Amino acid sequence: MLKLGVPSKGRLMEKTFEWFGERGVGLRRTGTDREYAGAVDGVGDVGLVLLSAGEIPRELAAGRIHLGVTGTDLVHEKIALWPSKIASLAELGFGHADLIIAVPKCWIDVDTLDDLDAAAAAFRAEHGFRLRIATKYHRLVHGYLRKHGVADYQLVDSQGATEGTVANLTAEAIADITSSGATLEANHLKILQGDLILASQATLFGSRTAPWGDVERGALAALGAEMDMDLSDCIR
Amino acid sequence: MPSAEQREAARLFQVMQQGGAQAVDAPVLLPSETLLDLYGEDLRARAYVTNDPEQGEMMMRPDFTVPVVQMHMNDGADPARYTYQGQVFRKQDPGALRAREYWQVGLELFDRENPAASEADVYCTVRAALGDLPFTVETGDMGVLLAAVQGLDTSARRCAALTRHVWRPDRFQTLFDRFCGRGDDQVQRTELAELAAEDVPARIQAAGPQIGLRSSAEIAGRVAVLAEDANVAPIPAQQAQMLEDLFNLRDTSVAALARLRQIAQDLPTISPALDRMEARLDALSDAGIDVAQLSFDAGYGRHAMEYYDGFVFGFYAKDRPELPPLSTGGRYDALTRVLGQGREIPAVGAVIRPGVVTLIRGEA
Repeated sequence: MLKLGVPSKGRLMEKTFEWFGERGVGLRRTGTDREYAGAVDGVGDVGLVLLSAGEIPRELAAGRIHLGVTGTDLVHEKIALWPSKIASLAELGFGHADLIIAVPKCWIDVDTLDDLDAAAAAFRAEHGFRLRIATKYHRLVHGYLRKHGVADYQLVDSQGATEGTVANLTAEAIADITSSGATLEANHLKILQGDLILASQATLFGSRTAPWGDVERGALAALGAEMDMDLSDCIR
Repeated sequence: MPSAEQREAARLFQVMQQGGAQAVDAPVLLPSETLLDLYGEDLRARAYVTNDPEQGEMMMRPDFTVPVVQMHMNDGADPARYTYQGQVFRKQDPGALRAREYWQVGLELFDRENPAASEADVYCTVRAALGDLPFTVETGDMGVLLAAVQGLDTSARRCAALTRHVWRPDRFQTLFDRFCGRGDDQVQRTELAELAAEDVPARIQAAGPQIGLRSSAEIAGRVAVLAEDANVAPIPAQQAQMLEDLFNLRDTSVAALARLRQIAQDLPTISPALDRMEARLDALSDAGIDVAQLSFDAGYGRHAMEYYDGFVFGFYAKDRPELPPLSTGGRYDALTRVLGQGREIPAVGAVIRPGVVTLIRGEA
């Protein structure tokens, strides 16, 4: 049985179901609306697994599911050397989110990474500790700031409501995903200029480490034929 | 049964103690805060971080130097000579073949009297402990680089900005090019720089509500810095060239010193650092090291740990570039200043990796 992991709730789940539906593959939840069970119509030997979007990268990397839909950001953040374990098969065109760094709007002197670096040096001298950047994307943000030679900062963990950390005095800046920028705006934050840390969207991934037996390969081919897509990258 | 690496660690540890060093130890679990504040995120990314319900974030010992210096600054005798042995733990890049836990044997010397003699002492002790292993040596002097930056004809702020990034060569180069007026990334902040000082608070207020710890005074302070910086003349081209020559200087130690003395005629701030270098070469020579053959790379140390601020050295396995260094060490006076909370003591130290020693000997 080929296992397809999709997000278990919310807009991401609905849009995923829609995306597959438009391509002739019916995904649906079964049982009561609180029960995490699902089914696939239209293609045989494919089982639907409803999972938290945040756990799909790990399940793909471990080979416990064959295919999975989740955000690029989560795969890049959570899985070291991800291309060796996971193949990106198709971008789904929704769930767009950019990983950015934002600072208070009142920081009229800070518009670029360069400014942030200089402000961090002054901040540390003034306050005696490193400028705090709240994020849940530690790996991506550290890699990005390291590449750009920013110093005198520290990452503080924030698993939610990250935009509020500045007003709550637990961080001076944030690094988070944003789609419309509305939440940043509402929290009096502005995005630093320059390239994004990552442009993310919902993506169909395939596991390179899952057991691909004849049944699963057949199901993958059937799924690809039904959707008119080449999904074979993960079994190459 | 102890591994070859452990046996070699024990041997080196004993050699250090026979040389008069006092054996010290450090816990495996260290509170993150001090380490993070000193090393920053690069270390957090390399260290194994865990959580204690009571003590908060802890790191598995990535290094002995900081806990040993801390211990010394709290209640150490003066002068002091310490040695330690134990495992350190570092995450490696995925797929890298380097060890994630390995043994270190270290030597740390705290002495106010004769810095050159201490440096030669640590260097020679390591060299003797490595015996007849096939190795190559690299040396450098961060003190010369730091003094050279201080001597540039530019504002104190620009000197400080360059000094801060000496250990990040790419970033240093970007800043340096900009300060020389040849950067293609000239940040255009004219509008902000031309803002009259009395208008700045209103501008900050208009930009958005004051949130966070960074006060409007701090923001205004940096606007003033930008305004001031806009009027700083570029570093003269000839001096820029001189600094680059200095940073790229590679030669034997004696020849390098002679060349640096020439540079010092136009960049006199480096002279005290050169006097220290000369005294060190004399001390090394007295200890039997052939300094006419000892390699010197001025830029050596720029990629190393940020706490080395003077003499730096490394021993490398000959013809085995894939191996980590056998030993690295150097002077780190600034670290004792940071950890000593007002007190400081000149310090020089080194670590040896017994695992690499045994690899070269073919025992592991």
